[in-house]
Amino acid sequence: MTSAKHAPDAFSKGKTPTFEVSARESLADHQLRRNLGKATKTIRGKRAEAVGEMPDWEELREAGRALKERTMRHLDHYLVELEESVKRAGGHVHWARDGEEANRIIAEIARSHEAREVVKVKSIATDETRLNEHLESEGIEAVETDLAELIIQLAGETSSHILVPAIHKNRAEIRTLFMRELGLDDLSDEPEALTEAARLYLRKKFLGAKVGVSGANFAVAETGTVCVVESEGNGRMCTTLPPVLVTLMGIEKLIPEWRDFEVFMQTLPRSSTAERMNPYTSFWTGVSPESGDGPEEFHLVLLDNGRTDVLADEIGRQSLNCIRCSACLNVCPVYERTGGHAYNSVYPGPIGAILTPQLVGIGKPGPDSLPYASSLCGACYDVCPVKINIPEVLIHLRGKVVRNHQDNDGLKGKLDPENVAMQVMAKTFSDRRLYEAAQRLALIGQWPLARSGTIHRLPGKLSGWTATRDLKALPKETFRQWWKTRKNRSGS
Amino acid sequence: MSAREEILGRIRRSLRDVPSGESPEDVAVERGYRKKDEAPHEEIVDRFAEHVAEYRATVHRVGEDELPAAIERALRERGVGRLVVPADLPEGWVPEGVEVLRDGADGHRLTNGELDRSDGVLTGCSLGISQTGTIVLDAGEAQGRRALTLLPDYHLCVVREDQVVGLVPEAIERLGETVRTEGRAVTFVSGPSATSDIELIRVEGVHGPRTLEVLISG
Ligand code: SF4
Repeated sequence: MTSAKHAPDAFSKGKTPTFEVSARESLADHQLRRNLGKATKTIRGKRAEAVGEMPDWEELREAGRALKERTMRHLDHYLVELEESVKRAGGHVHWARDGEEANRIIAEIARSHEAREVVKVKSIATDETRLNEHLESEGIEAVETDLAELIIQLAGETSSHILVPAIHKNRAEIRTLFMRELGLDDLSDEPEALTEAARLYLRKKFLGAKVGVSGANFAVAETGTVCVVESEGNGRMCTTLPPVLVTLMGIEKLIPEWRDFEVFMQTLPRSSTAERMNPYTSFWTGVSPESGDGPEEFHLVLLDNGRTDVLADEIGRQSLNCIRCSACLNVCPVYERTGGHAYNSVYPGPIGAILTPQLVGIGKPGPDSLPYASSLCGACYDVCPVKINIPEVLIHLRGKVVRNHQDNDGLKGKLDPENVAMQVMAKTFSDRRLYEAAQRLALIGQWPLARSGTIHRLPGKLSGWTATRDLKALPKETFRQWWKTRKNRSGS
Repeated sequence: MSAREEILGRIRRSLRDVPSGESPEDVAVERGYRKKDEAPHEEIVDRFAEHVAEYRATVHRVGEDELPAAIERALRERGVGRLVVPADLPEGWVPEGVEVLRDGADGHRLTNGELDRSDGVLTGCSLGISQTGTIVLDAGEAQGRRALTLLPDYHLCVVREDQVVGLVPEAIERLGETVRTEGRAVTFVSGPSATSDIELIRVEGVHGPRTLEVLISG
C-alpha cells in the first residue's frame, strides 16, 4: 500500500504557508469548490432539520457548554479520577506530554505484541501526532479503516474535513484510485460498488489484526468508560476484534459522569451527521477477558501536546470544549470556498482557526494567519453544540498575533492601526452588550476596521471572494482589510 | 518528572485563575432539557418503529405469541442457513431447520472466522430509544458479546415493547447501573451501518451487518 505522504501542516516541523496563500490555490480548484459547495449545503440543510425537531436544543447546548466548562476548570481532578477508573476496570493509562511521546508509547505497545500492522479508526488526535508516519518508520503499517480515511491514505493525501475527509474527491477519482491501489481489474463508480470493495479489503485486515488503534469522542471520569461515535462499523471492529486496543485521546475529551451522555448523545449526532443518532456508538469500560467480549488488553494514552497552553488562556480555554462535530465547518462561508486544506492543519474550519494557533503557539506565520480566515459572521457560534464563542476567540487571537508582532517589531508595530483596532475589538468582544452593538455598527460600516478606501476586487485568483454575493456576511471588511495589511507588510 | 506529574502540574498552573476553594460542583450545570417523554407508551413505541424504519431497517410489529413464527419467516425470507445465537437466547425463538451456531455451547466460543462465515445473527436487546430509533445492546440477556452482532451480515433483533423508552436521557439512566457495577460494554445501533463518504451519497453496510431487521413484540 502507498504510504501516506503528509503535506507539512501546523503540527509538523516544517513551516506552513499562510492561509491566504493556500486559499488562493484552493479557490482555483473548481472541482474542489463544487464538491465542497454541494457537501456543505446538503449537511447544513439536514442539520437544520435534525435540530429543528428538538424543542430543548438550546437547553442541551447550554448544558453541554456548562459540563465542558466544569471539566476544564477542574481538569486535573477529572483526569486523575479517569485514570483511577480505567485502571480499576482493568485498563492501562499512559500520559504523553507531546505527540512524539504518544507515538513512542503506541509503537512500543504494538512492538511488544509483535504487530507488523495495526488497524485504525479515524482519530484526529493521531493525525495531529502523525502517528502513521511514526509507526511506518518503525516498520509497522497503520491501516486506516474509515472509508474516507482509506481513500485519502491510498491517495497519499491529507484530510480536508473533520467528518468527511474525502469531501474533495468524486466517485470517478475514487474508482480509479481503488482499481490502482487495491489491484482490481474492474469496478463500477457506483458508491455501493466502491464501498463493497473497501468492505472486502478491510474485512481481512480486521480479522487478522493484533492491535487496534482508536481515538475517543468522550471518556467518563466517573466510570472510565470510553466512547467512539461512528457510522461505518469500523470503530466497532477496531475496538472489539483485535486482542489489544490502544486509544489516544486529548486530555480535553473528558466528561465528568456517565449521566452526561444524556446531553452529548443528543447534541453530537444531530450536529455532526445531522441524524437523530449515528449508526453505531461504542462505549467500553476497561476490559472483560473472562466474557470474551472485546480486547484482552486496553491502553488509554492521554495527550497534552499544547492543550495545557490553551487551558491557560481564559478566553481561549473554551476552544477545548469542542466535541469535533464539524457543524461550524459546514456553516462557514470561508470554509465553504477554500476547503480544509487551506488551513494547513488537521483542524480546519472555524474551530481549526482558533485551535491550531493556540495548540502550536502564536508566532508562526501559517497558524498566525488562521484567526483572520473568518468574516466574523458568527454562524459557527450559533450552531456550536457546546456554545464555543468562536468569533470572540478569533478576535482575541488576532489581538495576540498583533501584540506578538508589536513586541517583536518595535515602534512600527505599536502604531499599526490594525493593532489599535484589534485591541478595541478584543475589548468589545468580551462584553456581550458591546458586541451586539458593534455588530450593528459593522453592518453600517462603522466598525473600527472598516476604514475608507475599501478594495472592491481582490487581486488575482482571490477575486472569488468579492465576486460572490450570496452570503449574508461575506468576509468583507475584515478580510479585505486584512488582505490589504498583509499585502503592504509583505511588500515593505 | 514523569509525564503524568508534568502534565498535571501544567494544568494546575494554567488554572491559576480558578479559586482554590472551587469544587467541580460549584460550576453550575443547568439541566433544563427534557428528561422523559410523557407521551402514552403506545405512542412511544409507534414512534420507535417509525424512527427505526427511517434508517432503512426493516421493522415488523408482532404479538408476543406470533414471535416464533415471525422469526422463522424473517430467516426464511432472508435465506439464513447458519444462524448465530447468544448462549442465553430464549429456546422458543430458535426455529427448526436452520443450523444454529450457539456461542459458548459446550464451552466453545465461536471464532471470528465462524461468525464471519455465518448467514446472520438473532438477538434480543437491552433497550430501544424511541426518540432516535436506537437499539441498545449491553451484552446482557439474549444479546451475547459484541462480535456476535458485528461480523454476520444480517442482524435480526427482537425488541419487546416494554423495553422501549422515550428519550435518550431515559436510556442513559437505565444503563448507568450496568456500566457502573459491571462495566459491561454498551453499543448503540441506529439502523444498519452507513457511510456518506463518497459524494455524500448514503450507502448502507460498510462494516457491520448490512441488513438490520427488527421485530417489535407485544
Ligand atoms: S467548535 Fe463547536 S461546532 Fe465546531 S466542531 Fe467543535 S463542537 Fe462542533
